[in-house]
Amino acid sequence: MAINMRYVVDGSDFTTAGEASTAVKMKLKKLGIAPDIVRRVAIAMYEAEINMVIHAGGGVAEVELESDKIIIKLIDHGKGIADVDLAMREGYSTAPDAVRNLGFGAGMGLPNIKKYSDEMHIDTEVGKGTTVTIIINLQ
Amino acid sequence: MTVRQLCEKAGFSPVTELNDVEVNGAYCCDLLSWIIGRAKENAALVTVMTNVNVIAVAVMAELSCVVLTEGVILDAAALEKARQNGVAVLSSEKPSYETSVLIHNLLGK
Repeated sequence: MAINMRYVVDGSDFTTAGEASTAVKMKLKKLGIAPDIVRRVAIAMYEAEINMVIHAGGGVAEVELESDKIIIKLIDHGKGIADVDLAMREGYSTAPDAVRNLGFGAGMGLPNIKKYSDEMHIDTEVGKGTTVTIIINLQ
Repeated sequence: MTVRQLCEKAGFSPVTELNDVEVNGAYCCDLLSWIIGRAKENAALVTVMTNVNVIAVAVMAELSCVVLTEGVILDAAALEKARQNGVAVLSSEKPSYETSVLIHNLLGK
């Protein structure tokens, strides 16, 4: 039986950024998911959640726990990604200076998501928004 | 070595409540995506960053503790989040490099 979770990510506040990822992490732990899987979900989802706050003014996070995998979708209606290959490159960032001063904007967010997931898909359209899908297998 | 033992042996000051989580190494960096992407589980994070996101990263990456260097002061929001999540935050008067070397030597690595 699949378990679904849905969170609204507030795009205006960096102090609450990461709340959805924190909630998912705690829920998966409670459900008895293996600790290394929980850590990978938390890291990948946190990076994607932060990206939505930095670049898209927030959005929605949907998490589906199936018998063999976890599917995390982060859906925003921000400005979209013009060049996905460039965005995937380590060190490339379009984050504003104010965000860099908080320690973000190192251009490692998307590469980190790829590193910690089994599958990652980016569906984006400039001016319309972006959906990042992260799949992590349970074994 | 536990966070409590590290704090005592290194002469750090506890900023939040100490615990007995195992410390198995250290990762020294101020860029959050580097930390979350590269720091190993149970590492001590050595940093001068003091905002709330540092604590979130420590929680997500399951780090053992945060060691603030150069005597920097944790933000109020970060302090609150650290307490809520049971993240041990320690303070060192020394720079990040010297703090990291000290931890390295104490861990016998």
